[in-house]
Amino acid sequence: MLAQILAITLINLRAIPARLGSSLVIVVGIGGVVGVLIALLAMAEGFKTTLASTGRADRAMVMRAGSNDELASVLNIEVWNIVRDLPGIRRDAQDRPIAIAERYILSDVRKRGAESGANVVVRGTTPDVFRVRPEARIVAGRMFERGKREVVVGRGALDQYADMQIGQRVDIRDGAWLIVGVFESGGDVHESELWVDVTALHQALRAPLYAAVTVQLADDRPATFRAFEQHIADDPRLNVSVQRVPDYYASRSVALEKFITVLGYSVAGIMAVGAVFGALNTMYAAVSTRSLEIATLRAIGFRATPVVISVLAEAVLLAFIGASLGSAMAYVIFNGYTVSTLNFQTFSQVAFAFRVTPQLLVEGVGLACLIGLLGGLFPALRAARLPVAEALRSA
Amino acid sequence: MRPLIELRQVCKHYRRGGQSVPVLHALDLEIQAGDFLALMGPSGSGKTTLLNLIGGLDRASSGSVIVDGQALEPLSSGQLANWRARNVGFVFQFYNLLPVLSAARNVELPLLLTGLNSAQRARHVAAALAVVGLADRARHRPTELSGGQAQRVAIARALVADPTLLVCDEPTGDLDRKTADEVLTLLQELNREHGKTIIMVTHDPKAAEFATHRLHLDKGQLVGVEHQGP
Repeated sequence: MLAQILAITLINLRAIPARLGSSLVIVVGIGGVVGVLIALLAMAEGFKTTLASTGRADRAMVMRAGSNDELASVLNIEVWNIVRDLPGIRRDAQDRPIAIAERYILSDVRKRGAESGANVVVRGTTPDVFRVRPEARIVAGRMFERGKREVVVGRGALDQYADMQIGQRVDIRDGAWLIVGVFESGGDVHESELWVDVTALHQALRAPLYAAVTVQLADDRPATFRAFEQHIADDPRLNVSVQRVPDYYASRSVALEKFITVLGYSVAGIMAVGAVFGALNTMYAAVSTRSLEIATLRAIGFRATPVVISVLAEAVLLAFIGASLGSAMAYVIFNGYTVSTLNFQTFSQVAFAFRVTPQLLVEGVGLACLIGLLGGLFPALRAARLPVAEALRSA
Repeated sequence: MRPLIELRQVCKHYRRGGQSVPVLHALDLEIQAGDFLALMGPSGSGKTTLLNLIGGLDRASSGSVIVDGQALEPLSSGQLANWRARNVGFVFQFYNLLPVLSAARNVELPLLLTGLNSAQRARHVAAALAVVGLADRARHRPTELSGGQAQRVAIARALVADPTLLVCDEPTGDLDRKTADEVLTLLQELNREHGKTIIMVTHDPKAAEFATHRLHLDKGQLVGVEHQGP
C-alpha cells in the first residue's frame, strides 16, 4: 500500500509543473494566511516579551494598596522612608539599601512622522537609578543631574517620537526640559520612557509624592519575596501592596496581548477560509484534469485509498511550501521590526519589536497543513469515487 | 474444457436522468483460454460495456461474469482492483500513458502492485519492452514517441505483470493502417506465441481479421459469432 501511495504521489508531484498556475493559488493563498497570522502573533509575542522582560525576579515593587497601576498609585515620603529600611532589601558596599522611589506621569508628545500625539511615560527617578536597574545604561550623552530639568530618553522613545534628539527640548508640565542623554534597558518597557530627576519633577508638579518604590531583594528565591511581603503586611504604618516587578509588567500586557492575539486569529481565520476555498478549487481542477490518469491507474489495479492520500499529500505539500514562504517573509519583514502602541491598560505608549518565535512558525505551518488537508479532502474523495469505466470513456 | 470466461444472463443498464437505459440484454457467452476475440458492432451496441464487465471495470446489473473460475459480482471494489492487477492487462485507444513518466516507468506501474523489488521490476520491464520491440525507447517520455510506439508501450504495460487476459478497447482506432497492422501483428504474436487470451473491441473489419474469433453485437445482443482458422 505504501508503495502505491508513494508511486501515485510522485506522479502527482511530477505533474505540478504542468499545472503551475493553479498550484500557485494554493502556495500564494496559504503563504499569505500564514504570513499575516505570524506577523500578528509576532506582534503579540513581542509586546508580551517586552513587558515580561522588564525587571528581574529579585526585584519587587511597592505601590499603594488597591492600585494595580503605577499611574493610580500614590505614596508619600513617609512610606518611602519606612519601606527602604525594611529587612530583606539588598544593601550596597556603603550599606545603603538598594531601593528607589519614583514618580510616574504621562505627558503628551508627538509621534515621529505623524501629527497625532501620544502619551509618553515620564519617570521621575534619581541619577543612581542604575543601582536598581543595572541593565539600563546611558548610550549617548550623559545622565541628568540632580535637581535639574533635564531628560534622558529611552532608545525606543527616541525611535518612536519626534524631537527627542540630545539638545532638543521636550514639554513636561509647565516647562521645556532639555534632553541630555539616551539610555538603553535591554529592550524592555523602560526604553519607551523619558527619565527625569524626581526632585525636579516634584517641583514641577508642586507635590512631593511618589508612585512606587522599587527594591532589590537579597535574592530571587520565592521565599525571600514572601518574607519581604510579610514584613510589609506586618507593619501597621503601611497600607501598600508589593509584587515582583516581572509579575507587574506581565499583568500590564494581558489585555493588549489578548486583543492582538484575538485579532490575529480572527484575521487569519477569515483568510484561512478563503485559502481553503482556493485550495479546494485548485485540487478539484487538478483531479479533473487528471481524471483519465486516475482512471487508468485504477484500471491497472491501484486502489482508491492511495489515490485519496496522494491528492491529500499534494495539497498538503503545496500548503507546506506556501507556509514556508509565508513564514520566511514574515520573519524577514517583521522579526525585530519596532513599533509602538498605546497600552490601554496603562494609557501609555510602549515601543516593542515583533518577535517571530519558532513556536509561531510551527503554529503557522500547522495551520497551513490543516488548510491543505481541508482543501484537498473533497477533491481527493471525488477522485476516489470516480467511476472508472465512465472516466476512461470520456477520454 | 471449462471456458476461461463465462457470462450468464448478463444484463447491464445505465441510469440517465432518472431513466434506465438498457445496454446489454441477457447475454450468454463463453470465451476459451487462448482465444483472440474481436468484439464488433455499431456504436452503442454495447461492445465497450461488455469489455468493461469482463475486465472488471464495471459491474453487471444482473447475471454473472466468471473469469478463470472467479465470479466478479461478489468482489468489493478493493478486491476487484486487486483482481484486475493480477489478471487483466488493459490497452486503450488513446494509450493512456502517464505523460510525466518515461516509457519504462509507465510499463513498471502494474509491477508496483506486486511484491517485486526494484531490480526484479527492472528486469520484467526490460523484457516486456523487448517483446514489443521498444527496448531502445525505455527512457523516452510518451510525448517523444509516435502513436504506434506509444501503443506498443501501453501493450508492454498490459503484459508486464503477466495477466491471464488482455483487454483492448479500439487499440488501433487512433493509428494509421500500417502502424495499426504492426500493432495487430504484435497482439497476434502475443496470442499465438505467448498464449495470451485477448479480447479486442474494434470497428475496423481489417483489424478483426487478426483475431481468431469475431463476435458481433447489436443493440446489446449477440448477433453472430465467426470462427476463423489460423
